[in-house]
Amino acid sequence: MMGYFSQTVIDALSWGGLYALAALGIGLLYGVLRVINFAHGDFITVGAFSLIVPSTQATAQLALGALPAPLLIIGTLLVVTLVALLSDLLVFRPLRGATPSTIMIASFALGYVIQNIVLLLYSSRPKAVDLWPELNEAFGFAGLRIPQLQIWTVTVAALLMVALTVFLKASSYGIEMRAASEDLRMARLLGVRANRVIALAVALSGALAGAVSLIIATQSGVVSYQMGGPVMLFAFIGTIIGGMGSLVGSALGGFAVGFSSVILQAYLPDDIRPFRDAILFALVILILVIRPQGLILVKTMRERV
Amino acid sequence: MRKIDFISSSTPLFLVMVLFILAIASWLFAGTALNRAMIELLVRVVLVVSIYIFVGNSGIVSFGHVGFMAIGAYAMAWQTMLPLLKKNAMPGLPEFLLTGNLPFPIALLFSAMLAGLVGLLLGTVILRLPSIAASICTFAFLMIVHSVYSNWGSVTGGTSSIVGIPTKVNLWVAFSGAAICVIMAGLYQLTRYGLALKCTREEEIAARAAGIDIFRQRLIAFVLSATLMGFGGALYAAFLGAIYIDAFYLSQTTMLLAMLVVGGMSSLTGAVGGVVVISLLTYVLRGLERGVQLGPQTIALPSGTQEVVLGVVMIVALVSSRSGIFGTRELGEIANRFRARGAIWARFQPSND
Repeated sequence: MMGYFSQTVIDALSWGGLYALAALGIGLLYGVLRVINFAHGDFITVGAFSLIVPSTQATAQLALGALPAPLLIIGTLLVVTLVALLSDLLVFRPLRGATPSTIMIASFALGYVIQNIVLLLYSSRPKAVDLWPELNEAFGFAGLRIPQLQIWTVTVAALLMVALTVFLKASSYGIEMRAASEDLRMARLLGVRANRVIALAVALSGALAGAVSLIIATQSGVVSYQMGGPVMLFAFIGTIIGGMGSLVGSALGGFAVGFSSVILQAYLPDDIRPFRDAILFALVILILVIRPQGLILVKTMRERV
Repeated sequence: MRKIDFISSSTPLFLVMVLFILAIASWLFAGTALNRAMIELLVRVVLVVSIYIFVGNSGIVSFGHVGFMAIGAYAMAWQTMLPLLKKNAMPGLPEFLLTGNLPFPIALLFSAMLAGLVGLLLGTVILRLPSIAASICTFAFLMIVHSVYSNWGSVTGGTSSIVGIPTKVNLWVAFSGAAICVIMAGLYQLTRYGLALKCTREEEIAARAAGIDIFRQRLIAFVLSATLMGFGGALYAAFLGAIYIDAFYLSQTTMLLAMLVVGGMSSLTGAVGGVVVISLLTYVLRGLERGVQLGPQTIALPSGTQEVVLGVVMIVALVSSRSGIFGTRELGEIANRFRARGAIWARFQPSND
């Protein structure tokens, strides 16, 4: 029993880390640009599909996935980053200053377009991708059997978060970005170059999506054209709980959502387990009723008159 | 003042007239296939106008309205299918639904009411949130409905289709539904509730300062909109005769939002116009995907093109004119503006006497 519990906790930690990364990608874009990016999930999909050659066959041939690990990682991150920058250029930049509703619908449409382009190129069949199979081998530790990948996921997520924090707190780019996310107009007046900061935020958000796609593809071994959607939604819910616009809040919120989804999965009675997502969302909505501003309140998010 | 009232109240009548002409034309001249496309268009008018009532007037995007559509559609199946078929496909239904079999109009009413009730529950919870968070929660609602209906097999048939819903929706039923919906939306806009909600859309803080209870106004529109959406979903089910849960998901949401956005999110005319434009576009694209005979060979677009084009059209519409073809204007106002321009022009004409 104790073993099952510890196993579940480790599982929950790794999913929490994954959702924290996805939520950071979304929170970054919202913090700096006020863009609610519903296409983030499809950025993740693009990353996973860049590993394989476009075809309609069920057994996938590796494209980027055939490269040695360092090149593979850099390549995938690069592809997703490029897609993100292109999206910014074609969709978000022309809409700068538009109402949040307009931007939201545009990003929703963008995600739909990306998803269907993937569908056109790769067909709707889920494809098996055998990326780093040795990582899914478990190793024993104090009576537990832990797949190596879960340790990698937690480690990578933690490292990326530390790196991002250092970047945001210590580098001049990071400080500019935080200033922009507090108040873009004021930051511009003080000499922050808006377009550079924005491009950087978009690129970082894309790279985070790329990292998430690699982890998911390795973990599940299957990619499908709709894989990004649920991840994105969980991450979104995470950013809302965390108090939109706060990066720390996003990461915490994403982690909380991922963590509790695994716990629910493990401890819900069998006959209501299929409704896990519904229950999770209901819980989240409940939290929001009690604390509508999220767990961490960002002062500048309150509308000024 | 009276004149403005007359003109803005005549917009829905104009729109109903346009739809009536389209329906008559299709009744007189069109073959079966085109006729079906026309019925589909009219049902979509119901759906898009329902979404418009909330989204257009409040300025808050809802990605979850297709959830209400699903609720209405399945409620229709529960009520009107033959008991024998129901026992097979959905054995978990409560006794009164399993054995009974309600007439179509009553079933329509109940379907709409069920969706409205769910809308009331959801709205009470999420409409207190800031509008962006509320939007994201509507998306979560769509996913909840999809996940519940695809997993609750004994009541919904799970992910497989439910076949055998009596098809009661012909051209005139669909037209009546669309007309009712357009007129209700038009009337709602003229009430103090509609005007107050539009006021919150334009300037939330000023609206609050003017004593408008923002939550209450949003909730009223949300419930009305959810009710009509359930009504539309029920019509949709009774038109097709078969439903499956994946039909009420992202593609449907994108399609309906595209219709709303292309015409202009904040105008009833835009909502109806968008349905016509996008229906035409998808009809053509669907034809092209099936293939066109060009000389000896058939040329067909790969399937999936329709979706990509739809998304691109949506983005282009948003980028090129942020508020769609009609913006916040209504048909009546546009006609009026032309008249006014004519009057001003006439004043500057040299008079003969």
